[in-house]
Formats: sequence, C-alpha cells, structure tokens
Amino acid sequence: MRRDPLARKGLLGRLPQAWRQPLAVSGVVIAVAWLVIAVAAPWLAPHDPLAQELPRLAPPGPDHWFGTDQLGRDILSRVMHGARVSIPLTLALVALSLLIGGLLGACAGYFGRWVDETIMRLADLVFAFPTVILAMVVAAALGASLTNAVLAVLVVAWPAYARVTRGLVLGVREREFVLSGRLLGFSAWRSLRVDVLPNVTGPILVLATLDIGTALLLLSGLSFLGLGAKPPSPEWGAMVSSGVEVFDSWWVATFPGLAILTVVLAFNFLGDTLRDALDPRTARAIKERAL
Amino acid sequence: MEKGAAVTPPRPRRPALPPLARFLIRRVLMAILLAWGVTLVTFVLTNLVPGDPVAANLGQRAMNDPEIVAQWRAEHGLDKPLWEQYGLYLQGLVQGDLGDSQQSHRPVSQDLAEAVPATLELAGAAILISLVLGVAFGVIAALRRDRLSDHLLRLVSLIGISVPTFWLALVAFYVFFYRLQITPGSGRVDPALGAPPPVTGLHTVDALLAGQWDVFGSAAGHLITPALVLALYTIGLLTRFTRSAVLEVLGQDYVRAARAKGLPGRVILFRYVLRSALVPVITVAGLAFGSLLSGTVLVEAIFAWPGIGQYAYKSATTLDLPAVMGVGLVVGVVYLVINLIVDVLYGVIDPRVRLR
Repeated sequence: MRRDPLARKGLLGRLPQAWRQPLAVSGVVIAVAWLVIAVAAPWLAPHDPLAQELPRLAPPGPDHWFGTDQLGRDILSRVMHGARVSIPLTLALVALSLLIGGLLGACAGYFGRWVDETIMRLADLVFAFPTVILAMVVAAALGASLTNAVLAVLVVAWPAYARVTRGLVLGVREREFVLSGRLLGFSAWRSLRVDVLPNVTGPILVLATLDIGTALLLLSGLSFLGLGAKPPSPEWGAMVSSGVEVFDSWWVATFPGLAILTVVLAFNFLGDTLRDALDPRTARAIKERAL
Repeated sequence: MEKGAAVTPPRPRRPALPPLARFLIRRVLMAILLAWGVTLVTFVLTNLVPGDPVAANLGQRAMNDPEIVAQWRAEHGLDKPLWEQYGLYLQGLVQGDLGDSQQSHRPVSQDLAEAVPATLELAGAAILISLVLGVAFGVIAALRRDRLSDHLLRLVSLIGISVPTFWLALVAFYVFFYRLQITPGSGRVDPALGAPPPVTGLHTVDALLAGQWDVFGSAAGHLITPALVLALYTIGLLTRFTRSAVLEVLGQDYVRAARAKGLPGRVILFRYVLRSALVPVITVAGLAFGSLLSGTVLVEAIFAWPGIGQYAYKSATTLDLPAVMGVGLVVGVVYLVINLIVDVLYGVIDPRVRLR
C-alpha cells in the first residue's frame, strides 16, 4: 500500500457534508455559470462585442441591460466575451505556476541541501517584492501584452506552490513507505511520482483553487494599469480602466468589475470548501465547543 | 524565561551576546543579502528583456538620430558593459546614491524620499484599520461559531479578499466623492491649506505636531477613503486567520482547564486565548503588509496619491531603470524590516519562541 490510506479516506469521507454548505453551493453555481458563459458567449451575447454601432454611453435599459461604452459597444456582450479572455488565461496561469512551483518545491524538499537552498532563497527573493510591483516591472520590461502579463504573474506566483510543496514533501519524505521504495531501488523520479506525489496533491489543489482568484485579480490589475490586454479586447480589467475616462457613466466600469468580483468570489468559495473538507486541524476544531 | 535559561547548558568558549542581539544580527545580515539580491534581480530583469529604455524615453524623431541616441546612452551610462553598469550602481549605492531618474532628472533618493512617506501613511493607516477590525471580526466569528454572525462575517471576509482593489477604489471615489460629496477628492491634502511643515513626512502626524488642526482634518479626510479601500482585503484576510487561530486555541487543554476552574469568559479570552492566537495573526499581518504595498499601486492611481505606487508605475512604464531599482530596493527593505518587527513581536507575545 503506497498511498497514505488515512489521507484519502479523510477527504472522500468529508466531501459530501462540506459541499452541502450554502457558500459551496453558490460557489459551484456561479463558477459553472461563468464557464457556460465563457463557452457559449458567441451565441448568448446579444451584440458583437467589438461592433461600434450603438448609441454612445447609453445608460442600462431594456435594450442593452448593462448600457453601452464610449465607443457605442454593448457592455453586456463585452462582459460575456471577457469571460473567454480572462477565465482560460487564469486557469492556464494557475496550472503553469502549480506545475513549475510544485516541481521546484518537490525537488527542494526531496533532495534537500544545495538544491533546497538555491530554490528556496530564490523564492524568498520573489517574496521580498510586493507582487504587483514585481509583476509590473516584468510586464513593463517585456512590453504590454496579455501573454506578457501572464508571464509576469507566473514569475510572482510560483514561489507559493514551491513553499507549500516543499513543506509537504518534507513531511512524507521520511515515512516508511517512501523509504522502503527507496530501499527497493526506486529512482528519485519514480519515488517522487509514485510515493510522494499522491500524498501531497490534495493540499496543493486547494491552494490552486484559492489561487485562481488571486491570479485573476493580479492579471486584471495589470490590464487595468495598461500592461495587459490591448484596447479592443474585452478584457475586464481594461474595461474598468476605460471606465475611469468616462467617470460620469458609472456602468462602463461597474459591470466588468462585478464580473471579476463574482468569478473570484466563486473560486474562493470553492477553495474554502475544499480546504474545510481536507484540513484535519479545522475539522478537529469544529468538534470542540467554544467558550 | 528564567527557568528556560537555567536549563540551557552554558555554551563553551563564546560567552557571547544575548539571544535577541544574536538573532537581530543574523536577521539584519540576511536582510542586507536579500536587499542586494533585490537590486540584482531588478537589474537583470530590466536589462535582459527586449524593452529599450532609450525608445521609452526619447521621442520617435530623436530615435532616428543616432547621435542623440548615443549621447543619451552615454549620459545615463548605458554605453558601458552591463557588469560595469551594475558595479557602478552598487558603488553609488554604498554611498547612498541611487542614481538619477531618467524621467524626473532628479536623484532617485530625492524622489523616493517624497514618495515613501506618502505610501507609508496610506499603508500604515490601512494596516491599523485592518488589525483592529480584522481581529475583532475574527474573534466574534470564532466565539459565535456556526451562528448567523459567523456566517455573515465569513461572507464579508470572502468578499473582502475577492474584490478587485482598483475597481473598489473607483466605486468608492464615485460614490463618496462624486455623488455624495462627503469625502474630499484626490491628493493628500487640500491644496489651499498646503502641506504641514515636514517632520515625519506623514501629513496627519506632521499637522498634529505643528498644531494645525484644519490641515490635520483635511489630511485625515483625504486619507480615510483610500485607506479603507486598501484595508478591505487585509480585513478579510485577518478575519479568516484570527477566526481559525482562535478556534484552534479554544480547543487546547489549558483553555478547558481555565474554564473548569471557573475563570470568567473575559479573562479566558484576553489572557489565555488571544495571547496565543495572536502569534499566527501577526505573521499574517506582516505578510499582509506586503500585499498592502502591492495594493497601493492600484489605489494610488485612482486617488492621485503621490506615493511609491504611482512612482513605480511611472518608472516601470518608461523603463526608468535607476528609479525602478530604487523602488525595488526601498520596497524590499521595508518588507524585510516589517518581517523583522514581526519576528521580534513573536518573542514578546509568546515566550516559548524566545530561546530558539
């Protein structure tokens, strides 16, 4: 038996109860709704998101629910199409930083010594910078584009995964089933893949779910500063930024901002639920009664 | 403390410094090393990438004239090899010279001396607000676990960490300044009143020191909205951490013993629970200060707050290398100092960590 049996049972045994909480349900509903919008935006959206054919700066009304912007584009359609820009990029971003950070952290924890020192000091260095400022410098240096903004966020996002993975790997490295694998002659790679990986994935996935929100905030923040998506693109951060110019027409900035808020909120609900389902310390605390 | 000291065997040879001093020296050395790393990272990042500071600073017509370009490069030391540029930078740094900004044509240190206090005032006010509200909310949520107030506070804290700061800043500016007109607009202080005589650089403190009540009122009024906007994220963060930290302590045996002894709930809460629950909370608050410094970039843009965020943005977009490196250095050092303070506070709050 290579997997830690208790860890698996704990997760599966608790899932149903945790997922019945109202926050969990609304998280799932909102997230699924946004995914549907992202996929079906071309059919759902009432107008072309780029067409400048409507009256300019029309307030929200029965014809266009979210109003129109200064170029006569339908904001509802743009917000819907924005989901196709932001959500896939954010997911890819989190997946990439999980891969890079997780791999580096696993190496640091498993091999120890200079590998550990090098990787973790590098992570410390990134941590010593406030994320937005570092990402801003990277994005500005690479040139403003959405891809470069993703790269910039990647630079600041991986260390969190490296730290957590390293800590988890340190925790299982000396366990009997890992040691016995090593004694049987497993290579470092096989040992990591077969014995260590299954026991650290749960917490890292929770971290990733919670991180989706942070990544989207950072990415749209860079676009807001003009370091991400280019103007015609219906990216939410850039749309809020264009709302600054037409301050009077509150709807231009309000709706894309609400889109960001709801997506981030949904994934934070999900991440919270996953963590409650997983974290034994929280589970223990729930059993105890307060003052 | 005394008991622990008696148990530790006397160290041979080095009858050295007290533990706190040794700890501080080690941390300061680490901080200097990290600060140097910060300059190296910024330098490498801003030099090994395609962006060209010449193109960012000179107009298109000047760019077409190779003579002007060469002159500009020589003027800013960009014609020398990279390692020499970095060496010169470090040499100046040791003497407190951060170079000249290519944008403002002033020493970077002078620019920073104006921008840093503005940001510290904003971030300081935000962290104070979030510590007070976050810890209070977290304790209430933990004590009233699974009741309505707990669920409401959980929702509020989740919203707090999910709101895009730049959007919230815009909404707050629109609602409170533009619509309701209950807060003053952008900037740090009413220009008609002017800034108070500089002592600390924090307008609110300086105004109080000078006894200028009208200036203080104006500065505080300008400060409150951006600080609240900035604080919302950290309030959410601290509420969540305080709640789980308090819950964990509540389950400990010594708390149960105190309750069995019949101590009043208030005593248990403040003397037993909060004291150990505050340790993880302070760690998070230290980390949160970093995210506050990040948030200022976005908030300062909306409120026209002349702080380090605006300066960083301006210098990053124009690839003003000395300025970017100065910002990186200052921000990195501020962050390290905050972490140092956090580590020292640990010892003050929790004697168990003092001897480590």
